[in-house]
Amino acid sequence: MSTPLVALTDIKKKFGAVTALRGVTVDVMPGETFALLGDNAAGKSTLMKVLTGVHQPDHGTIEWEGEKVTFPTPAISRTRGIEMIYQDFALADNLDVRTNVFLGREPKKNLLGIPGLRIVDTKHMERETRRVLDSLDIEINPRLKVRRLSGGQRQSVAIGRALAFDAKLIIMDEPTASLSVAKVDKLIEVTQRLKELGIAVIIITHRLDEAFAVADRLAVMRQGEVVGRFEVNEVSEHQVANLISHGTMGDAVLGHHPGERRSIGSTLSADQPGSPQKPMGANEE
Amino acid sequence: MSATSVKDLIEKPELDEDSALTKAKHFVGDYGLGILFIGVLVFLSIASPHFLNSENIWNVLRQASIVGVIALGMTFVMITAGIDLSVGSIVGVTGILVAKAAPDGTSAVIVPIIVGIGVGALIGFINSAMIVWGKILPFLATLAMLALARSAALVISGGTVVSGLSEPFQKIGSGYVGPVPAPVVIFFGAAVLTDFVLSRTKFGYHVYAVGGNEESAQKVGISVGKTLFGVYVLTGVLAAVSGIVLTARLNGGVPLSGTGYELQAIAAVVIGGTSLFGGIGSIRGTVLGVLLIGFVLNGMDLLNVSSYYQQGVQGLILVLAVLLNRWRSD
Repeated sequence: MSTPLVALTDIKKKFGAVTALRGVTVDVMPGETFALLGDNAAGKSTLMKVLTGVHQPDHGTIEWEGEKVTFPTPAISRTRGIEMIYQDFALADNLDVRTNVFLGREPKKNLLGIPGLRIVDTKHMERETRRVLDSLDIEINPRLKVRRLSGGQRQSVAIGRALAFDAKLIIMDEPTASLSVAKVDKLIEVTQRLKELGIAVIIITHRLDEAFAVADRLAVMRQGEVVGRFEVNEVSEHQVANLISHGTMGDAVLGHHPGERRSIGSTLSADQPGSPQKPMGANEE
Repeated sequence: MSATSVKDLIEKPELDEDSALTKAKHFVGDYGLGILFIGVLVFLSIASPHFLNSENIWNVLRQASIVGVIALGMTFVMITAGIDLSVGSIVGVTGILVAKAAPDGTSAVIVPIIVGIGVGALIGFINSAMIVWGKILPFLATLAMLALARSAALVISGGTVVSGLSEPFQKIGSGYVGPVPAPVVIFFGAAVLTDFVLSRTKFGYHVYAVGGNEESAQKVGISVGKTLFGVYVLTGVLAAVSGIVLTARLNGGVPLSGTGYELQAIAAVVIGGTSLFGGIGSIRGTVLGVLLIGFVLNGMDLLNVSSYYQQGVQGLILVLAVLLNRWRSD
């Protein structure tokens, strides 16, 4: 029984009068691909912003590799190996590719060997950027301004940035939403490749086909709560769709649906709304 | 390991052939201001026999240095997509305090400098506190400070000139290093230093990142607040340096000194190619912008153009610079 890479327990977060997260518990195992499903405003992005240190939770704990941690800033979560690929890629258009890859983590060196006089090591940035982009077989001049890149090139810079620093967990926010070619099979292969590298992936999405194609497990969020956690092969897309939109799997409806791969077992009823949530870890495998 | 790798999956970049127009825009962007500057110098050398006189050149540079030092700080602020309208008033209030700290008959130099820089840093800190913690737009926060600091200058001085400064302190404004006037040494020294900070250090990189895309900067872990604090404090300090130099040169603290300098500095920075929308700009451009304005105004004097036209010509240069910058960044 292995330790989860990351375990979020009973996370609560309010913004003024609005409750964004109502006690969310989710864990992700090393190297696994995990899909976080839900409608807009279900709380998926807020949860991930708590995990990356953009937001601080009002309540609840984060455990990273079995150790209780806090991430007061995104910079600190990144030093632990958590990378987020944002839907908008979070690039600075006015800066060049190499600077974007190292944004916020610029390597430094002493100027003329004078201690204390630290300048940004652009040669190192350029070398490393080339190495990462080469490993993706992408030919982009590291000195090109990001403003001049296409959507696909921007995504490769964002992926390059995530891979440049030994990430253990990569979070992808709606990965196909801003792609010029939105193909799910592309995403499948990217995540498979990341799995081979031993990198865990959390995919935030509202697209069922995407989640079912790539994920080992998935969790459904609705109105700031997790309303279901499943192995991908133990539910059907239709059941999950019901859960997303109605908050219930709707047994009666499911019974009439011929496309489901497997009927819902009694174990799943525990995950229905109103029932106490229990974290789904390795013990259920 | 499977044969497929991420590389097969990412959209291949199309080759980006630069059009002649794009090349022209890059050329204008890189060299346009420099060419214009040299053109103005050549024109004035031919048009006026007095222009290339070394005394005239040093005079122009010395005059330009006062606003020039402010424009260096303004460059940082404007790259973050902010603005600092309080710099002229900082010149005024530091001038008064510095003059009081450097009374005639003493040998005070270090203390008034420390006082001046401290006051500039403090006002910059208050500006950034309003902007970062108070979430007040830079335009409004520094507009308020423009009024507050000017008021402080008038209250502290009682509305009168604080005159008679220590001999060594006056040298900051009137002295020379070899043939070079001290204010020019200070301006170019500050330019080299700020250019280094902006283009080589982590702080400089973050200034560009915050101005280019504040949200992205925050997402990758750059502290936007810390960066803005640094930027406004630096600008306050540089405005104070300008106040110190001006006070030394005038041999007195004048409560209304520095009035309107904020607009002159902003104009020089914009002419130097810095975008009002942030993310783009350089110290080198700003220095050229400062010198260009200085030489054009001097040329008009030499060619006996009525001084009534001078502000208008500055306005025209500003509009042209903005149009040119927009054209090249389209």
